[in-house]
Amino acid sequence: MTPFFQSIACGRPATSEFADPSYTSNARGHAALGISQHMILTLAFRNLFHDRIRLAVTLVGILFSIVLVAVQLGLYLGSSRMITGMIERSTGDLWITAYGAKSFEEGGILLTPRERHQALVTPGVKSVIPLVVSFAEWRKPAGGSTRVVVVGSDAEDGGLVPWGLVEGTWEDIKAPEAISADQTYLKDLGIEGMGSTAQIATGRVRVRALTRGIRSFTQSPFVFTPLQRARNLLNVEGEKSTFYLVQLEPGASVEEVKSQLVRKLEGAEVLTKQEFSDRSLTAWLFRTGAGIALIGGALLGTLVGTVIVAQTLYSSTKDHLNEFATLRALGSSAGYIHKVILAQAGLSAVVGYALGMSIALLVLWLSRNSPLPLVMTPGLALSLFALTVFMCAISALSAIVKVTKIDPAVVFSR
Amino acid sequence: MSSKQPVLVAENVVKELGKGAGKVMALKGVSLSLVPGELTLLMGPSGSGKTTLLSILGCILTPTSGEIRIGGTATAGLEPEALAELRRKYIGFIFQSYNLFPTLNALENVRIALDVLGQKGYPAAARAEEVLREVGLGHRLQNYPSNLSGGEQQRVAVARAIAASPAVVLADEPTAALDSENGHAVMALLGRIAKEQNRCVLAVTHDPRTLGYADRVIHIEDGKIVREERRPEGINSPEITDLTKKRRKANV
Repeated sequence: MTPFFQSIACGRPATSEFADPSYTSNARGHAALGISQHMILTLAFRNLFHDRIRLAVTLVGILFSIVLVAVQLGLYLGSSRMITGMIERSTGDLWITAYGAKSFEEGGILLTPRERHQALVTPGVKSVIPLVVSFAEWRKPAGGSTRVVVVGSDAEDGGLVPWGLVEGTWEDIKAPEAISADQTYLKDLGIEGMGSTAQIATGRVRVRALTRGIRSFTQSPFVFTPLQRARNLLNVEGEKSTFYLVQLEPGASVEEVKSQLVRKLEGAEVLTKQEFSDRSLTAWLFRTGAGIALIGGALLGTLVGTVIVAQTLYSSTKDHLNEFATLRALGSSAGYIHKVILAQAGLSAVVGYALGMSIALLVLWLSRNSPLPLVMTPGLALSLFALTVFMCAISALSAIVKVTKIDPAVVFSR
Repeated sequence: MSSKQPVLVAENVVKELGKGAGKVMALKGVSLSLVPGELTLLMGPSGSGKTTLLSILGCILTPTSGEIRIGGTATAGLEPEALAELRRKYIGFIFQSYNLFPTLNALENVRIALDVLGQKGYPAAARAEEVLREVGLGHRLQNYPSNLSGGEQQRVAVARAIAASPAVVLADEPTAALDSENGHAVMALLGRIAKEQNRCVLAVTHDPRTLGYADRVIHIEDGKIVREERRPEGINSPEITDLTKKRRKANV
């Protein structure tokens, strides 16, 4: 027998060569270890965690982006709530304002009792509550001054009263010289708290009630006092008012009453709660540029996050290109490989979001007593998650484009 | 000559690589067929077109002209996704550098090949374990490639290639990175896969140690098949004798 055939005939006995001493017919026992394993997720997870430094860079990118967007949008929401807080807390269905009133704090020219009477005789109107609101100078007891927004309103009318009272009552505010102030601004107002005195314009005032959580977007604290005292402090003549809050009879149509009032009140504007809120938001957030800065910051955060994630996903894909080429050679569809990359992006999104939100919530908690607290709502949290997933999916595009061009023939040239 | 129906047929395959002045004709009209139950070796010097031919037979490259039929399906004009489907259905690959996924353990490396085919869950896990036991790695299921020897890695690659029971197994220099013992072991395994599982196995090699396991040896030079030897019914084939003498001489 020639050596060639000897090697075939006597060649290494394949069966005994690979006889597995641990083999039993019950191969299923070990296989059970991986039953629930999802291979796309497994590969994506391992690719992602294989290079810890790159993973850290990816997560920092997402985290930075989430925190920045959360803070910017949290500030936006917080600002929005501060701007519309007074309007939302009011019990009126319609607001009568001077023509061209910009916002709650800037009501403009005063309305006369004539408008009030005209409104009162309109069908469907139950009551018309006068409010006086204006910026005023607050003179600190130890010297110096700051600006406040005086809100004059009578509690009996039920139109707009201070909320979150932590010390004192509305009855206490009825006392001579009495006002309510918010705890957050005591330092800004230069006072200690209950019983402190100061001066608004030319009139002396004394703090008889303290509130918590009535914050002002303008950083000029709100000060509540009865209607007539507000008129006195602000030198408002007679029974003039800044706004009239219109409460409707049960069943009355807001739109119908509004159109009747618009016809009657030529020098004034009639706005629904929503319209007045929107106008105030526009005035403070967009005319001043504050909102644009906040939204711009959020967009910038998204952009930076997207670029960082895209860069790291691309480089990860590039590093694993041979593995993807092997998958392609094994017959995988392009879609299968895209799913691996998208799963990598998705995993990055979930981990990055969890970390980012943890930090964002910490910042939120730290800001709770500041004059400009951040706000996080379930809707914003969900939107941020959707944004993170979207950002990571967009980031995956460059990697997908790269892998789409893959030539499986490279598996033979390694 | 085998009377079995060929699974993979190549007819007059031509492949040009490069463009313009750098254009090279890598294959110049190659024809061959692979039948089940045979281990065929494709031998030739470097640059002779072995790997190009393997890539074309494996539907990874498309020929410039000529025809490839796998399981009766002509590959001409098929889109990349359709070619990938043919690979999924008919072909298992074994690579010179194993091409295992470094982040997956042995079991997962086999499972992913099944996953690509849509085989998931318990049956896939059981099948992956079964083939790893067949290649003698039942005790290394959870080991990562970095913890396996070259021979063990190549056996995982073999298990991956045969897990889905493909009709054709194409191996690119399967013993090139292995020592003598592991090289023999892997070739014996490929021979067994061809015989016992009735598959077409084609191995590109220039390793003379592999000759003893072949049923058929195809020699390719300069893009053309120059000689084909088949394991004869008797032992007095002059071609084989010549081949053996050459081999002995080379070894000396």
